[in-house]
Amino acid sequence: MSVTAVIDHRPDQLQSPPGDLAIWVFILAELLAFCAFFATYAFTRVKNVELFNTMQLTLDRDIGALNTILLITASWCVARAVAAIKQEPIPNRRPVSADFLFAAIVCGAGFLALKMVEYSAKMDLGINLTTNTFYMFYLSLTFFHFMHVILGMVILIAVWRKTLQGGYSPADHHGMETGASYWHMVDLVWIILFPLVYVMH
Amino acid sequence: MKYQSQAVSKLYFIAAIGLFVAQILFGLIMGLQYVIGDFLFPAIPFNVARMVHTNALIVWLLMGFMGAGYYLIPEESERELHSPLLAKLLFWVFLVAAALTVVGYLLVPYATLAAMTGNDLLPTMGREFLEQPLLTKVGIVIVALGFLFNITMTVLKGRKTAISTVLLMGLWGLAIFFLFSFYNPHNVVRDKFYWWWVVHLWVEGVWELILGSILAFVLIKVTGVDREIIEKWLYVIITLTLITGIIGTGHHYFWIGTPEYWQWWGSLFSALEPIPFFAMTVFAFNMVNRRRREHPNRAATLWALGTGVMAFLGAGVWGFLHTLAPVNFYTHGTQITAAHGHMAFYGAYVMVVITMISYAMPLMRGRAANSNKAQVIEMWAFWLMTISMVFITLFLTAAGILQVWLQRVSTSPLPFMAAQDQVTLFYWMREWSGVAFLVGLLIYIYSFFANGEDAPKAS
Repeated sequence: MSVTAVIDHRPDQLQSPPGDLAIWVFILAELLAFCAFFATYAFTRVKNVELFNTMQLTLDRDIGALNTILLITASWCVARAVAAIKQEPIPNRRPVSADFLFAAIVCGAGFLALKMVEYSAKMDLGINLTTNTFYMFYLSLTFFHFMHVILGMVILIAVWRKTLQGGYSPADHHGMETGASYWHMVDLVWIILFPLVYVMH
Repeated sequence: MKYQSQAVSKLYFIAAIGLFVAQILFGLIMGLQYVIGDFLFPAIPFNVARMVHTNALIVWLLMGFMGAGYYLIPEESERELHSPLLAKLLFWVFLVAAALTVVGYLLVPYATLAAMTGNDLLPTMGREFLEQPLLTKVGIVIVALGFLFNITMTVLKGRKTAISTVLLMGLWGLAIFFLFSFYNPHNVVRDKFYWWWVVHLWVEGVWELILGSILAFVLIKVTGVDREIIEKWLYVIITLTLITGIIGTGHHYFWIGTPEYWQWWGSLFSALEPIPFFAMTVFAFNMVNRRRREHPNRAATLWALGTGVMAFLGAGVWGFLHTLAPVNFYTHGTQITAAHGHMAFYGAYVMVVITMISYAMPLMRGRAANSNKAQVIEMWAFWLMTISMVFITLFLTAAGILQVWLQRVSTSPLPFMAAQDQVTLFYWMREWSGVAFLVGLLIYIYSFFANGEDAPKAS
């Protein structure tokens, strides 16, 4: 039994990273871009510590925290979806994977909705890209990430639809792992962005 | 050649090479005027030579793209071209319009040309690279729309592939952004703002899609690697291109009167523009290393690999050199820009058009590849032109660094012309490199006429 288990797990261990190589080239390029943004933010903050500290207090941390929970939950759902697709499907029943993916999409939509509430509150105060350097960074960084959440959701919706149509199986779920890898990247970037821009003093 | 109608691209390729020669000749004239100011004056003043040099480049690259489109689209769509007659007709319209425009530049003072061609009705002239008279611009639009109609119909009726989709996106984008050349706001800031929508969104946006799809097409043919793998790379590359390139437009908005955030956006996004070019290099070499067949056309493979490397160096590395706002504050509009412009245009667009010509021309002449002798001559031309371009770039970079120092950094800055006087040595060396480039180009042309006995037959 244990011997079988070892043999069963080997392909999984060898098959890292999960998903397509092309998406990893893309993910690395994306992470490099965000690293450049975060580094620029950090260096600019050093030169304007007081402005950044004062302005940081005007941000809505509650929404930010709620959004963090939403994205982490979405990532958990996506991970469950990938785990579920590896199990033998129950005949004549909707794949469990699809439900998890749907939950992740709902969480993503919740993130976008809350972010728009946050943006509109800032717009009502007349804040824009030229208000000051801090807000330039806040708007640019969060909006760039916002666009990535949208792209991540487009990918998740495509994967969800294919799952509903029975397009993945325990033997072949390469596409789902590819989509899941991208979504985790979107989540990861927010986990760095939130403390960096909203919290850290 | 699988479809008879692909043969129309031959006309386009021949005209493209002809205009390429004109471009280089005027480049040499202008290069000499850098050091002998009144050379050929008043027959060909510097501004006219420059206009012919840059406009000929743009027109011959457009000819090359169209030729590539007419060759590639029928083969990808697996059917004959929608209308070969339209393609031939538009070719002659385009060639005559281009010739008349150049004759206009050379024979009449620019202001007179403007008055003669209806610039009062709709002022579009006088802006760098978009100097063409209104009539020529309208002609370009008609030719481009006819061309797009022709190839789009072919794609719609035939097989749709990622390569033809990306090529269509690039070519439609090219036509759409050219429309901004008709928009000439009075406000100088807005004028410049939209001018870059043509110039930048062409060369650092939609043209890269054309480049990527042509390269992918040739690589599928010469390496035999699975289409699925090549198309996946193409998608990754164009996504990276569009994300970095579109917002990267901001690197032109640093000092023209636009809001300050453009300095951040422009610096950050354009600093990432080398990534898609790097991906393209990795892509080209990777595919050639994984090749499943030994294609007899080794010259085309060499051009394809050269495109990857030189585009990365010229557009990627030399672009990055001066793209960050704090650096560009000093280097803006110096010979550094000229160095980057030369190697980027050569490495990305000149080389990709020649890659396509090198692959397609033997097939259109009824053989799978040229004879060994002709290919060896073509490869000599490759190395001579490429190495000359590397030297042109290095000498211009040296001139640029000196210029920045003398004119903008030193404690006692020199005026522009005095600084130019100090760098003439580099301009001479650039001019001689240019002569070597011309020799390379002539050898390249000779390779078409070099017959060997051993040319493999087309299957």
